Amino acid sequence: MTIDMAQFHQVFFEESFEGLDAMESGLLNLDMGDVDEEAINTIFRAAHSIKGGSGTFGFTSVAEFTHVMETLLDEMRDGRRQITQGAIEILLGSVDCLREMLMAIQSGQEIDTVRVAGHKKALDTELDGQGNTTSTLANDSADQCLGESATVIMPATAVQGWRIAFSPHAHLLKTGNDPVRMFRELAELGELSVRVDFQGVPDFHQLDPEECHLSWDLQIIGDISREQIDDVFDWVEEDCDLAVQALTVQQPVTQPSGDVVKDRPEPVAESPEPTEVAPLKAELPAPSRKQHKPVAKNVPARPAGSSSIRVDTEKIDNLINMVGELVITQSMLSLVGEHFSINRLDQLKSGLAQLERHTRELQESVMNIRMLPINFVFTRFPRLVHDLSAKMGKKITLEMTGEQTEVDKTVIELISDPLVHLVRNSLDHGIEMPEQRLAAGKPETGKITLNAYHRGGNIVIEVCDDGRGLDKQKLQAKAIEKGLIEDNMPITEQQIFELIFMPGFSTAEQLSDISGRGVGMDVVRKNIQTLGGNIEIKSEQGQGSVFAIHLPLTLAILDGQSIAVGDETYIVPLVSIIESINVPEDMVNRVAGKGETFRLREEYLPIIRMHEIFSVENVRATKLSEGLVVVVEGQGVRCGLFIDDLLSQQQVVIKSLEANFRRVEGVSGATILGDGSVALILDIPGLVRLSNQQAAKAQQYYAETA
Amino acid sequence: MASILAVDDSASMRQMVAFTLKGAGYDVVEAVDGEDALSKAKSGKFDLVVTDVNMPRKDGITLIKELRQLGDYKFTPMLMLTTESGTDKKMQGKAAGATGWIVKPFNPDQLLKTINKVLG
Repeated sequence: MTIDMAQFHQVFFEESFEGLDAMESGLLNLDMGDVDEEAINTIFRAAHSIKGGSGTFGFTSVAEFTHVMETLLDEMRDGRRQITQGAIEILLGSVDCLREMLMAIQSGQEIDTVRVAGHKKALDTELDGQGNTTSTLANDSADQCLGESATVIMPATAVQGWRIAFSPHAHLLKTGNDPVRMFRELAELGELSVRVDFQGVPDFHQLDPEECHLSWDLQIIGDISREQIDDVFDWVEEDCDLAVQALTVQQPVTQPSGDVVKDRPEPVAESPEPTEVAPLKAELPAPSRKQHKPVAKNVPARPAGSSSIRVDTEKIDNLINMVGELVITQSMLSLVGEHFSINRLDQLKSGLAQLERHTRELQESVMNIRMLPINFVFTRFPRLVHDLSAKMGKKITLEMTGEQTEVDKTVIELISDPLVHLVRNSLDHGIEMPEQRLAAGKPETGKITLNAYHRGGNIVIEVCDDGRGLDKQKLQAKAIEKGLIEDNMPITEQQIFELIFMPGFSTAEQLSDISGRGVGMDVVRKNIQTLGGNIEIKSEQGQGSVFAIHLPLTLAILDGQSIAVGDETYIVPLVSIIESINVPEDMVNRVAGKGETFRLREEYLPIIRMHEIFSVENVRATKLSEGLVVVVEGQGVRCGLFIDDLLSQQQVVIKSLEANFRRVEGVSGATILGDGSVALILDIPGLVRLSNQQAAKAQQYYAETA
Repeated sequence: MASILAVDDSASMRQMVAFTLKGAGYDVVEAVDGEDALSKAKSGKFDLVVTDVNMPRKDGITLIKELRQLGDYKFTPMLMLTTESGTDKKMQGKAAGATGWIVKPFNPDQLLKTINKVLG
């Protein structure tokens, strides 16, 4: 039977990478002083599984490498070995090495044998270093080969057959072993004759039918090796008395006699030839030689990049359920359509309503499948923080919350690099050196926190540190020096913080190799904006900073409110709408250079006249009292959009404007409406910026003309 | 055809075992760890149990020990999937009532051969 093992490789790689992640986080969390047994067991189990799988699927190099790791971990688990920081570093390095090996195999590339050998040497040295009596895989197999050859005394050619005295212990049947099964197996090897001995059978009233009281004398003729015999009895060697005696050419082959049976368990005593009783050593598993052969040597590795996704079966079931409902609705509608008359209009309407609901639910379920916990990104950070803080001589702990928050797979893939940059940034520029922290009256150990949570239709990911915070004066001075802002220009705190996102802006006195590798914060912001998100900074000098990334949950669909401005329809993301009101003229203040503002409760909000900002004609409402003001919020800024009217709420499929046209400030994308026309989707923060620019221009214009 | 309960926390190994055995015509039920296996074993009757040893929640040896206590599984063959380094595991398994073992790494042919031997 040939089975294509390659079909299991993908699953093997996936679970191995998960195992490696588990090992990594387990190793990072190991508390040297008080070792949690379950923690080390989990690490061991992961290594063990990878070893088992890689051996089975023919990745011998991986199996050998993991074996050494496993041996080390096994000793730690048993308490035979002290867990040292050094050993953990070596194991962490080995985890990386193993990951690279697996990735190389997965993508069909050569394994970097030099690197592997280096790590293996480090592991071996660690193993030997503490004088533990464990051997590597190579030694193991050598031992086993030795052991096996030692037991085979008689040259196979001289052997004509074997005589076997087999008397099972009473409990043999309760191990699930069956003598008949073993005899059948023996019979396949050669010509078998069986003699049963009933002597051990007790009187009927004492007989326990679940026990075995029989014993056998077996003789098998043929060119059979000792190992083949041992193989058959391998499982029961502890559960029986067994004596195996070779029948050589010189020894006449006789039918087993009753005498031999009687003299059991020492039939060898009568043998004229020097034979060897079977001291089958438990620690030398007989079948092991075969199994060291790789299963499949040249299995072509699956090309990397075929991305797959693991989905809860519950989600799939839900989806199937939805489709079922949809089919029912569809058949109901076609029934209505077949014999349609006007008095069935109600039925049609309710059918359509059902169809709409099911379509929406189906869509949500499908979207849900692409949702993965943010943990997929977060898991790499404990290691990153561990390594970098050690490198920089800083003391830093990492806390993570909301790891289970779900977000679209694409977002997961694209947010990883920006997040790494932000965390590195916090490590490098945020957290101070231990002595500086102590001098500032802060705890010596700094803290970086990663938070993820849902807010409205967004996911928010925060990178917080309790470091030195952003130095506003320094930032401003630097910006003026670089000519990015005017000397006397009024500038808000938020705008100062935003300066760090300007290309080529860096205040670090010296660039370290941690951050500042040319990829700046400008790239971070650009990446986040590509995802339809934005980044906010909060910072208190001396107290720390918070970088909050806001991202849409999914990149494909948006809950929108359509609004009418003249002949145009625009879509406002529903999550950014706070309320819609009618603003009486007398509530409005006109401030020179700042446009119009109106007072909403305790807050003054700027009014953005949509028809002015987008130059729309045929506007129905030009006075505030004729239209509506929609209060929206984006990136912490609130404003009122002055529009003609609110239309319907609907889900819209987002089409990229950038890909099909170009980037337009104030617009995040476009969509196609039910009637086939195109509507632009508004980008609220962009709109606010746009209106500020226009107001500033206007002010400048007035200042110049005045 | 005989029914087999295949227990392994590693999805790739479990799938490989299940796929091989199904291909040979056996009825196979998969379980992801000892707990899962125990409840599945109780709700049906299997002719053979093939289990990994090192698993979360309940390991293979405990599983075998507990299954042996059940009347339905007193004489049922139960095989452990072990690695060559697990010799003491084999002995522990035997003590718990395991019938035998299949040493990892193994290929589908070796697996089938061993299984056929037990169920033959």
